[in-house]
Amino acid sequence: MARLTSLAEAISENVHDGDTVAMEGFTHLIPYAAGHEVIRQGKKDLFLIRMTPDILYDQLIGVGAARGMKFSWGGNPGVGSLHRFRDAVENQWPRPLEIEEHSHAAMANAYEAGAANLPFAMLRGYIGADLPKVNPNIKQVTCPFTGEVLAAVPAIRPDVTIIHALRADRKGNVLLEGIVGVQKEAVLGAKRSIVTVEEIVDELDPPSPNSVVLPSWAVTAVVEVPGGAFPSYAQGYYARSNAFYIAWDEIARDRDSFQAWIEENVMKAGPEDFARHAKKAA
Amino acid sequence: MSDFTPTEMMTIAAARALTNDDVCFVGIGAPSAACNVARLTHAPDITLIYESGTVGTKPDVLPLSIGDGELCDTALFTVSVPEMFRYWLQGGRITTGFLGGAQIDRFANLNTTVVGPYDHPKVRLPGGGGAPEIASNCGQIFITMALSKRGFVDKLNFITSMGHGEGGNHRERLGMTTKGPTRVITDLCILEPDPVTKELTVVSIHQGVTRAQIIENCGWPIKFANAVIDTPVPTETELTTLRDINARTKKAHQGNKEAA
Repeated sequence: MARLTSLAEAISENVHDGDTVAMEGFTHLIPYAAGHEVIRQGKKDLFLIRMTPDILYDQLIGVGAARGMKFSWGGNPGVGSLHRFRDAVENQWPRPLEIEEHSHAAMANAYEAGAANLPFAMLRGYIGADLPKVNPNIKQVTCPFTGEVLAAVPAIRPDVTIIHALRADRKGNVLLEGIVGVQKEAVLGAKRSIVTVEEIVDELDPPSPNSVVLPSWAVTAVVEVPGGAFPSYAQGYYARSNAFYIAWDEIARDRDSFQAWIEENVMKAGPEDFARHAKKAA
Repeated sequence: MSDFTPTEMMTIAAARALTNDDVCFVGIGAPSAACNVARLTHAPDITLIYESGTVGTKPDVLPLSIGDGELCDTALFTVSVPEMFRYWLQGGRITTGFLGGAQIDRFANLNTTVVGPYDHPKVRLPGGGGAPEIASNCGQIFITMALSKRGFVDKLNFITSMGHGEGGNHRERLGMTTKGPTRVITDLCILEPDPVTKELTVVSIHQGVTRAQIIENCGWPIKFANAVIDTPVPTETELTTLRDINARTKKAHQGNKEAA
């Protein structure tokens, strides 16, 4: 059964130095508050996994929390570069970053394989592309029935997966709606999982019998953090702050302004500071 | 006819490439603008799909990311990302993929990964995202990007997604049954692969653009088709539609700048 706890406890109990950590959320429901708690607790040598490392992973890389990253698209969507990620890869600042790069299709398949308790995923992918030349974790398998050669990548099995969801009930059952990304697969493929939610309610009351629900017994810790996905968004609660995504380009471009921003908005802040973003959408 | 910018011409020419029957996988940025202009003009029933899982979406403002709430709010349905890539893309349900890129070569291979060596890049770009499998699994690919020497290069440092590879029947030799890039729409002209060599060739030139300008802005000695036509100028409806959606988008993306 999931433990309903505080964010500080959830992170300190479940995220350890050196862990392989997936924080997922495909544009929607990115677990910013939890990621900031990881930074505040000074976790280090993490191997980060995420399909679309955006601002949150730019922050984790920029503070030097990561030794490596597995990903498929590392940019600020619609804006441009992730400057902290680029600084790490191009100039090894603040430390070198080992990268394992895939395509979205391969990452999505690899998460699914992790959830399905399989050792690897296969796809009709990477045809004519150069990534297999630079990533030894992209291999080939031959179909035993047709002889077709397909791409193979290892299943993703994080030590801990962290996601943000819409709400949970008091038993710790969790509901996601809208763009659900790979969060279900990332949680089910992980050894441990932390879910922050906009609110904890008496009755989960899923809108449909086919809603994405993660049962309490498949989740390790649940934490109520209203606004915890800001500046990404929570469907039905608040919209994506595209203005902040645009503003991040300037903040992160310079090492000093980045560090000042982290000091002010992460180190001197707490999960409760996200609540002001949580006003229900009209 | 009112005046129009080269970028407006590019977006409108790109929109015209799409039809009402298309099921289109939409890349962010210029492709997204073109696909929505098509939907709001001559192709009202086009199915637009974004890789975040939104199918049949009809955004009122252009999304900044591929997963803005606007896309989900206006979609016919929304699926998980593994389902999107496995059932819908790999399943062969998408007629057209619409991509942008940082760099392209004469065979319409794209690079969005690195400038310089992969291990010690001069510029680290975002990477491929969905592009490698969009390029191989969609029925055909349209590409839109501004013509410049930096973008249209003689040799790519890295092939993020394959177009026509080394040209000729390279796709077939690798077992692909899809057409690959069939049109590249720029701000100066439209390119299509030669039917045999698959080298990109100028087939249509936008109003006011000279051949010399096109040659000057391309990183390889670019070829012109035997019959090059003039790209029809934007209609009043096309221009108004594009400007309206751009204005709505600009307004929507301002606003809450508060720090996290």
